[in-house]
Amino acid sequence: MPPGRSAAEIGALYQEMILDHYRRPRNKGTLENPDASVEIKNPLCGDEIGLQVAFDGDSVSDLKFSGRGCSISQASASMMTQLVKGKSAEEIDSIKKQFRDLMMGVSSAADDPRLGSLRALSGVARFPARIKCALLAWNALESALAERA
Amino acid sequence: MLRADFPLLVKNPGLHYLDSAATSQKPQVVLDALRDFYETANANPHRGAYALSVRATECYHQARVRIAQFLGVRDSDCLIFTRGTTEGLNLVAGSWGYANVSNGDEIVVTALDHHANFVPWQVLAIRKGAKFRICELTSDGKIDLDFLSGLLNRRTKVVAFNHVSNAIGTINPVAEVARLVREKTDAILVCDGAQSAPHFPVSFDSLGVDFYAFSGHKMLGPMGIGGLIGKREMLEEMPPFQTGGDMIEFVHDDRTTWNVLPHKFEAGTPNAANAVGLAAAVEYLDNIGMDRVLSHERALMSAAQKRLAAIDGLHIYGPPPSERSGVLSFTLGDVHPHDIATILDGEGVCIRAGHHCAQPLMRRLDVMATARASFYVYNDESDIDALVAGILKAREIFGYVPA
Repeated sequence: MPPGRSAAEIGALYQEMILDHYRRPRNKGTLENPDASVEIKNPLCGDEIGLQVAFDGDSVSDLKFSGRGCSISQASASMMTQLVKGKSAEEIDSIKKQFRDLMMGVSSAADDPRLGSLRALSGVARFPARIKCALLAWNALESALAERA
Repeated sequence: MLRADFPLLVKNPGLHYLDSAATSQKPQVVLDALRDFYETANANPHRGAYALSVRATECYHQARVRIAQFLGVRDSDCLIFTRGTTEGLNLVAGSWGYANVSNGDEIVVTALDHHANFVPWQVLAIRKGAKFRICELTSDGKIDLDFLSGLLNRRTKVVAFNHVSNAIGTINPVAEVARLVREKTDAILVCDGAQSAPHFPVSFDSLGVDFYAFSGHKMLGPMGIGGLIGKREMLEEMPPFQTGGDMIEFVHDDRTTWNVLPHKFEAGTPNAANAVGLAAAVEYLDNIGMDRVLSHERALMSAAQKRLAAIDGLHIYGPPPSERSGVLSFTLGDVHPHDIATILDGEGVCIRAGHHCAQPLMRRLDVMATARASFYVYNDESDIDALVAGILKAREIFGYVPA
């Protein structure tokens, strides 16, 4: 296979929904009294993401993200914050595993309704260099959950 | 058409390789030289008493002489083979630096430096309790010579800088830097030549620095081979960097004496095959002529500059093209450089996106990252056409919004 990507693959990557979340990120900002606050960097590109989380018992009651990054990392963070709000640590863990599978190109993951809008990121699996971008927010959430525990 | 000399480019006619500042493609003659070494001369140099080992030793020696000649080093034993620029710079910091820098001394680097010429000095300064000072830049991304002059004093032990910035292409005025440093200090001058040796004529003996490090893979040679050139009197005074086989003179039970140059700094089995490959690469470059390499890149650079500058929202970093080597670093509105690179990949165009191992510089430019196109001998106008088309496509997909 020659190097380079097909136009179809590029189209599948940059879906409207991803560009929308990039242009109008949801839950971007900071929380006043977070229970956990983390900042992580992608050493590959220097992108940073900050994540602040408030818990209600075992569940994430609110969360916001900050930082700059590419469309994939920003859209992934934005979608993630929408999806995990109100969910328990256990549910989040299971969704995260599914999302990792989605990034690895496991086809069953693409049909899992629990992933919601995140399924729009399935095209990332074809771009190994960009998987880290998509996982950045999830790694931040994992650290935030660990910080609380 | 030089493209025909590069098998990877021949096999991928639609590929527009614009990432030579990261690593260059390899011409057939280099691949042939590697194969020929393994098929006709492979043995451990400096070891065997048999003819084949003697041939390997001779190939390795001739490679050093040839590369030294290419870089204007009369005393070829002062060219130490390393894995590349990074190892060469670490050698100077780890050997000369640890032996000569003490508490209260000062080390100067610049905000233009690659991490490989920044971090080894930063670590050395922290370990030794020396002051680590960073020379700031002019607004167009050149070393600010007035600022540099203000940093220099009798406690300055090291001044490290790059000949050409890998991130924005600035060609630094080595002679002026050297004059300032010699006037005000007894510091050693360490020059990162990773982006100069491949792109224009370099003569170490008249450069005016004490150490110059370069990478073979950026100048058409194989990966994993490069060199450090140093002044003989300094190299002879310096303690070894790594120890082991080949670099010893005699090992007593309680102490060891060192081999002569260059072997003192080349512990272990040498990378003879890749040295031979690199010698073939410099032969190839000499056959083109480094002046022609330079003028070819200049022409491409000014054509690319003109066309990219005309794209609304596109910002180019660094000094004007006449003061840059083959690097064009840019951003496009608020489209992230990684997204630009992915979309360009869709058009068969390979560029680098990121911080270019120059995070101190990115902070000063107030960007997280830039997109970088870099040119070399095998590039032509069609690569610029594809680059421009890809950038316009990125704008279309993202719907350009000014940053």
